[in-house]
Amino acid sequence: MAWANNVLRVNLTEGTTSNEPLNMEWAGLYLGQRGLATKYLAEEIDPKCDALGSGNKLIMTTGPLTGTMASTGGRYSVVTKSPLTGAVACSNSGGFIGAELKAAGYDMIIFEGKSPRPVYLYVENDKVEIAPADEIWGQSVWAADEWLHKKYQDPLLRIAAVGRAAEKGCLYAAVVNDLHRAAGRSGVGTVMASKNLKAVAVRGTKGVGNIKDPGAFMQAVNAGKKVLAENAVTGQGLPTYGTQVLMNVINEVGAMPTRNMREVQFEGASKISAEAMHEPRESDGKPNLVTNAGCFGCTIACGRISTIDRGHFSIENKPQYWGASGGLEYEAAWALGSDTGVDDIDALTYANFICNEDGIDPISFGATVAAAMELYQIGAITKEQTGGVELKFGSAEALAWATEVTCRGEGFGLDLGMGSKRLCEKYGHPDLSMTVKGQEFPAYDPRGIQGMGLTYATSNRGACHLRSYTVSSEVMGVPEKTDPLVTEGKPELVKAFQDATSIVDSSGLCVFTTFAWTLEDIAPQVAAACGGDWTAESMLEAGERIWNLEREFNLAAGLTAADDTLPKRLLTEPAQTGPAKGNVNRLHEMLPKYYEVRGWNEQGVPTDETRQRLSL
Amino acid sequence: MLRALQIEPEKCTGCLQCELACSYQAEGVFNPAKSRIKVFTFHDEGRFIPYTCTQCSEAWCMHACPVEAIVLNEETGSKDVLADVCVGCKVCTIACPFGTVNYNQDTKVVYKCDLCGGDPECAKACPTAAITYVDADHTGLARMRAHAAASAN
Amino acid sequence: MQHVIIGAGPAGVIAAETLRKTDPSCSIKLIGDETEPPYSRMALPYYLIDDIDEAGTYLRKSDTHYEDLDIEIIRDRAASVDPDAHTLELESGATVNFDKLLIATGSHPIRPPIPGLDSPGVHSCWTLEDGRNIAQNASKGSDVILMGAGFIGCIILEALAERGVNLTVIEMEDRMVPRMMNQTAGNLIKQWCLDKGVSVLTSTRVEAIEQDAGRLSVKLDNGEQLGADVVISATGVRANTGFLEGSGIETDFGVLVNDRLQSSHPDVYAAGDVCQGRDFSTGEFSVQAIQPTAADHGRIAAMNMCGRDTRHQGSVNMNVLDTMGLVSTSYGLWMGVEGGESAELVDAEGYRYISLQFQDDVLVGAQALGLTNHVGVLRGLIQTKLKLGKWKDHLLHDPTRIMEAYLGATQSIGHNAALL
Ligand SMILES: Cc1cc2nc3c(=O)[nH]c(=O)nc-3n(C[C@H](O)[C@H](O)[C@H](O)COP(=O)(O)OP(=O)(O)OC[C@H]3O[C@@H](n4cnc5c(N)ncnc54)[C@H](O)[C@@H]3O)c2cc1C
Ligand code: SF4
Ligand code: SF4
Repeated sequence: MAWANNVLRVNLTEGTTSNEPLNMEWAGLYLGQRGLATKYLAEEIDPKCDALGSGNKLIMTTGPLTGTMASTGGRYSVVTKSPLTGAVACSNSGGFIGAELKAAGYDMIIFEGKSPRPVYLYVENDKVEIAPADEIWGQSVWAADEWLHKKYQDPLLRIAAVGRAAEKGCLYAAVVNDLHRAAGRSGVGTVMASKNLKAVAVRGTKGVGNIKDPGAFMQAVNAGKKVLAENAVTGQGLPTYGTQVLMNVINEVGAMPTRNMREVQFEGASKISAEAMHEPRESDGKPNLVTNAGCFGCTIACGRISTIDRGHFSIENKPQYWGASGGLEYEAAWALGSDTGVDDIDALTYANFICNEDGIDPISFGATVAAAMELYQIGAITKEQTGGVELKFGSAEALAWATEVTCRGEGFGLDLGMGSKRLCEKYGHPDLSMTVKGQEFPAYDPRGIQGMGLTYATSNRGACHLRSYTVSSEVMGVPEKTDPLVTEGKPELVKAFQDATSIVDSSGLCVFTTFAWTLEDIAPQVAAACGGDWTAESMLEAGERIWNLEREFNLAAGLTAADDTLPKRLLTEPAQTGPAKGNVNRLHEMLPKYYEVRGWNEQGVPTDETRQRLSL
Repeated sequence: MLRALQIEPEKCTGCLQCELACSYQAEGVFNPAKSRIKVFTFHDEGRFIPYTCTQCSEAWCMHACPVEAIVLNEETGSKDVLADVCVGCKVCTIACPFGTVNYNQDTKVVYKCDLCGGDPECAKACPTAAITYVDADHTGLARMRAHAAASAN
Repeated sequence: MQHVIIGAGPAGVIAAETLRKTDPSCSIKLIGDETEPPYSRMALPYYLIDDIDEAGTYLRKSDTHYEDLDIEIIRDRAASVDPDAHTLELESGATVNFDKLLIATGSHPIRPPIPGLDSPGVHSCWTLEDGRNIAQNASKGSDVILMGAGFIGCIILEALAERGVNLTVIEMEDRMVPRMMNQTAGNLIKQWCLDKGVSVLTSTRVEAIEQDAGRLSVKLDNGEQLGADVVISATGVRANTGFLEGSGIETDFGVLVNDRLQSSHPDVYAAGDVCQGRDFSTGEFSVQAIQPTAADHGRIAAMNMCGRDTRHQGSVNMNVLDTMGLVSTSYGLWMGVEGGESAELVDAEGYRYISLQFQDDVLVGAQALGLTNHVGVLRGLIQTKLKLGKWKDHLLHDPTRIMEAYLGATQSIGHNAALL
């Protein structure tokens, strides 16, 4: 069974909580987490509602394997309507709170309405309390975390919280859990803060026990762990180098978006790469990287724990940042580094710490700073707005300052908190915003990796690499190598990746397992845990169902085929260097075919036949 | 030859696979809160330290128990709690200077590591070999014993 | 070598076992005046709530345990001791010779000078016999008054509450467990009991107990008069040293001993509740009257009786108490030391409390409410006098991180530990 079969509903307007059984019919169709919570959201809210109004709901959800011993089985997602994109948002995070929530006996928490005053939710097994958060409102995530730990005198309390940025309306604020893991994208933290909900603190001591077939489950789990251990990426690359293993690789392919995506290669890449994180620094002989770290149950352990050079300008007189904390992942290193042209690894690590401390998405933030730097360069933004700061590409000082003001929601930080799209509109150059559906790009330039162009354009939550990571195939050759500069076959590839990822995101597992695992490795674990007929085929079909469900939500929210596009720059300004030199993204060669393989009409709407086939 | 758990914290990633394996074998539930081995996180230092009973020879817990509910397992050298004899007085929990006997408020008896009767699951589950089950005269164990002795005197 | 032990409680039994382990050929006599096989007083509360039967209170579970170890049990009471003659008299009139003698006679409950204390229906809760009497009379729904909310009183309190009696606790000090917890914690325990329907009167004394139509009437110093079916007196204990009068063995609150637990006579030792042994924290000699100390004493005294020179470093005074689900613990110098530092966290609504006391960078005492995980490490920290270094500051900032402090201060390992 593996599900807790228990939903916690929290009505913040009334200050009441209630329990209800999980809709098991839906669980059979959507499995859990991303798929199942999206189904709840789609059924319960008006897709046209104001994302920051009390009509929106916020669902914190686990998957059936969350809290079990399945490797990486500690994931949870935050599902809501995004204030950044107006589309469905589903942000996935690791750490420990997801498993804790499951161990407390819940599949998901549905937050409704809006609290009249700042509150936090405390969950200790069956004990559920909505408590005043006045003492932590206006404080960072880290301060809230410490306060709650001390209040309950429990070092093992797991906490997810929003920081000052979310309170001040930053549209890409994250929900940060366990200090430096985050449901990062699409402004799910902004929604949480809009409900006056500061934090969720969970202690679960019941555990997860209702495994359908324990013998088969442990066998599948152990087989899965072995595959991960023996795979070069999940067994060596990720533990040693983290996702940052990609920095030099992607730069060489010529798909490293640089300086607001004007260029596709970054001359400073090696200085901010995984290898650089291992280099002892000159000042104190210590490397940036202290250790790798695993999330709950994860046998890959790609997480980075880093320190900043104590002599670095950013923390010179701030001993609170001298300890170790969450270090640079590839996406953050790219957005804060190459996209802004900054190659100072300590500055990037500092910015990353602050993004965690106050809860913002470093991808959207870095990309927004990059846009602001371009606007500054062309004179659309001046020192008048920045209060005298020279917002130049490559300036580590400007980056550190921008992070601080955005995280605290002060001055020009409020402009940066709007995200790249609204910022560029405000300053009169909408074309300079590198976004899809209002969400900023991640670290793969679609001129150098064609499939990623289609991925971004069709992603249900706006530009995102985690919806279909065709980089796997186009660059790394997993499961099989395709040519990154060719568009043919990419619609099918993108669809396959999108469907598979949807179901992995619904299981409680981490998508990074798929560097080594196929659905053939995952299905036996799900089937043994949940019972029912979960095979690779049925999982893929459920994935497709989930994708279409999200699509329908977005269409109902008012998005159209016109939103399935890329910024003009990527479609018209060719890459200037590297293997992709001379290429633009040829989306038009892929999109119609994509609609076709999806079973959608020319307006990108699922046909009746498709809806029926997927029992929508 | 007695064997013992050797713990090398420098290899630990804090993934809690050991806690999951332990709780599953001991309680039939994946539940770190009931694990006999615990991983401690040193966030500011980026360190993780798995920790469990050292099965000390003059076991404090065993000597403190008023009803002989903690007994020596001759085969493995572990000190095992007899759950049906334990009255739940918790004296052992305050007596063990390593803090490795804990009280379960649901069952009202204490629990501690029993080396799974000689085939510890934590060691098998650990993906980085931070926990291994080795001959007792191995240096790592000597270090832990020395540490235990130092605490004792 | 002839070893004789007076008192078959935990101290006596552990001593007898240690003697056997250390000297396989010696003769061991264990004299006890109770009729049951050696049992543990600590288990009485669990006997009271029918968690265990009588056999569940026995210190050793095997029927032939003492036979197997060739320990002779004598059911009698020592009446007097002549150390120089190496003999002792039993109440039956018999004489027993010894080469080495261990006094492990424990303690007995104090009888406060309250008129009417010997009325039927007034009990102590100290022996199995007492346990049986209470079990018979304090039935569900009956009115029970517990005099004394000290450690033992509070332990019985839980059992009585579980029996479903209407319970009133009377304590003359201003809080519960005044010798184990401070004002804050003692009052939180009181509040907890009140919430659970037990009435607790602190700063209140019983002045007299009167018989009243088959029931008892308890007169309080605040003028109130309470009716009761059963009154239980738990107002403290005193060492059983009476039979040593005239023996020349020096006593104070208990038998005076040196670091080898040797009394003023070199062939006579003492252990357990009767022994005024060294307190680890204060360095002074005092009676602790707790189980772990009785176990420490029994083992160390026996080693010395066998000629193995073993020093007693002092026992850490420590207690753990479960008051209807609220677990409290206290260790060492929980009240703090002059010039020391302390860290405290209080969550009154959540009934959580922790207080740590330091001298320089060493932990010397602690109290906690609601802490059940890894609590023993507090003993480790205190007893090893571990220099906490920077971890003391961490603990001052957040006293819940005791396990991390212990591990952090003892193992400097980690991927880049050498660098950090
Ligand atoms: C209800 C209750 C609960 C307790 N709970 C706890 C607890 O939770 N934690 C804790 O640490 N401690 C607790 N204690 C205290 C603990 O039981 C004592 O510290 C411990 O029993 C001391 O052991 P001992 O061997 O020194 O003395 P005892 O256990 O008292 O044994 C001494 C024995 O000697 C016998 N004796 C006395 N005089 C003579 C004589 N002249 N001749 C022959 N025999 C004699 C006595 O009858 C007795 O059998 C509790 C005590 C009680 C009563
Ligand atoms: S639980 Fe503690 S006292 Fe008992 S054997 Fe283990 S380490 Fe020693
Ligand atoms: S809690 Fe159980 S095992 Fe521990 S000392 Fe008490 S009776 Fe013995």
